[in-house]
Amino acid sequence: MSDTANPAAGVSDEEEKSRRDFLIVATSVVGGLGTALAVWPFVHSMNPAKDTLAMSTTEVDLEPIEEGQSITVTWQGKPVFVRNRTADEIEVARSVKTADMIDPESDEDRVQKDEWLIMVGVCTHLGCIPLGQKASEPKGDYNGWFCPCHGSHYDTSGRIRKGPAPKNLPVPAYQFLDDTTVKIG
Amino acid sequence: MSSKFFENPVIKWVEYRMPVFTFLDHSLGSSYPTPKNLNYWWNFGSLAGLVLVIMIVSGIVLAMNYTPHVDYAFESVERIMRDVNYGWLIRYIHMNGGSAFFICVYIHLFRGMYFGSYKEPRELLWILGVFILLAMMATAFMGYVLPWGQMSFWGATVITNLFSAIPFVGDSIVTLLWGGFSVDNPTLNRFFALHYLLPFVIVGLVVFHIWALHMHRSNNPLGVDVKGPEDMIPFHPYYTVKDLFGMGVFMVLFMFFVFYAPNFFGEPDNYIKANPMVTPPHIVPEWYFLPYYAILRAFTTDFFLFQIVSLGGFLMDAKLAGVLAMFASILLLLLLPWLDRSKVRSNRFRPINLWFFWIFFIDCIFLGYIGGKPAEGSFIIMGQIATTYYFAHIVILIPLISILERPKPIPESISSAVTSAGH
Repeated sequence: MSDTANPAAGVSDEEEKSRRDFLIVATSVVGGLGTALAVWPFVHSMNPAKDTLAMSTTEVDLEPIEEGQSITVTWQGKPVFVRNRTADEIEVARSVKTADMIDPESDEDRVQKDEWLIMVGVCTHLGCIPLGQKASEPKGDYNGWFCPCHGSHYDTSGRIRKGPAPKNLPVPAYQFLDDTTVKIG
Repeated sequence: MSSKFFENPVIKWVEYRMPVFTFLDHSLGSSYPTPKNLNYWWNFGSLAGLVLVIMIVSGIVLAMNYTPHVDYAFESVERIMRDVNYGWLIRYIHMNGGSAFFICVYIHLFRGMYFGSYKEPRELLWILGVFILLAMMATAFMGYVLPWGQMSFWGATVITNLFSAIPFVGDSIVTLLWGGFSVDNPTLNRFFALHYLLPFVIVGLVVFHIWALHMHRSNNPLGVDVKGPEDMIPFHPYYTVKDLFGMGVFMVLFMFFVFYAPNFFGEPDNYIKANPMVTPPHIVPEWYFLPYYAILRAFTTDFFLFQIVSLGGFLMDAKLAGVLAMFASILLLLLLPWLDRSKVRSNRFRPINLWFFWIFFIDCIFLGYIGGKPAEGSFIIMGQIATTYYFAHIVILIPLISILERPKPIPESISSAVTSAGH
């Protein structure tokens, strides 16, 4: 057993040294890499679990929502604003120049059907829920939504126009199953 | 400890196998020499330690009756208040203990700044202290989420959303923190696990903090090094008694709040159960986070400091800048030992720095006031001015004053400061 470590057995000091260096480096690399990879299951266990992911779509019946009304539905634990917009609101949302906006986006890109504005009702600043869903609530300077937490104003297309929020209210993936039913997610 | 104590055969038996009594004696006994001129501002370290013990003891008992589930958390806290024997007392102790902890630690921190305790050779001691503060903040934030009231939920939402400001990976990090797509049951569960863990991390950091303290011992109000045994007195009985006296005074004040104003530091909104569909009109964090909250909110697109640090919005948006500024406001303290180039520790001998210390102190209080006000009108401007001063003080004024100021003559030693004054 001690033969390998014995220079007299025909292995020179130099060779012995480089062999040990190689073994130390190889062991450290394999051990280090293995430990680093073992971290992943622990980190990933904190990501959304399968049952959380499974509850990821919501169907909405649009029938009872009249023109100029909004409803809030829950999707993935977050509120989704569904608004039946008036012709006036659509007109205002489309006539304004997008170039000067904080997050330029045209109204056409944010809706599938002109009157139905569907978006996640979570302020893109720090996650509060903007006011403006009910007629009695403040709608901000642009007649859309207003976040009371840090004063972000959204327009009738849900675009950020004034305040600290960096992005427009996000439009989730959705599809119309028929004329009066929409599936979000 | 007396030599008679060490002659006891049982003590001898233990000492031979593990010299635990010698260790204690050298740590806080008669064999630990301490500067003889420490004033009452030096009580707040031991007071913070006392509160840490109170928090751990009350917290463990509360955990025995708390349920970390979104459907039961709020109710289980109410059950603690109404049905559990002395549950109301223990919860009020834990609730107010959080505030008491921050009061002690903030006084301790400003004491260190006033008397230059962070300077060579105590830099690591100071840095460990900043780490303790950061760990305390994480613990307090997660603890506040557990009762699952409206402020719990929306505070958690706002603070976890801060991480979404990080470029590219921000949203993935937030999802990872939540364990879902919003603050929900998985979030509450992990916050409970971490809230239970972190206090013991703090205990570990405190051990290192005290280890570093014992290397070069306490600073003192004069800020001059001890020159010999004539400048020192044994820790026991002199400072054990003084610390115990301080603890007595502290407990009177603390229990006053626990018994007579238990909700003084709290927000009434947190007695409303969390509702993910309704944001309270005015979200405020606990008082000890208000200055940082003011700094976070000061960064709007038109704030000139934002225009400078982001190169006119080129490098980052205002949200990210606010988040970075908030973290920087604490992390910059780590550099204090090197930003302050003055060799003189105590502000008693630094006439100009003394003034700016107090301006900085008032600025911090003022930031706290702004942080509790809604972000509108003149509050925004005042918050931006106070934020600018905060950073200007640490990054510009401290180094500049330390180079330009001419300090008053410092005494040769702690003893000579007394004897040469004609005593």
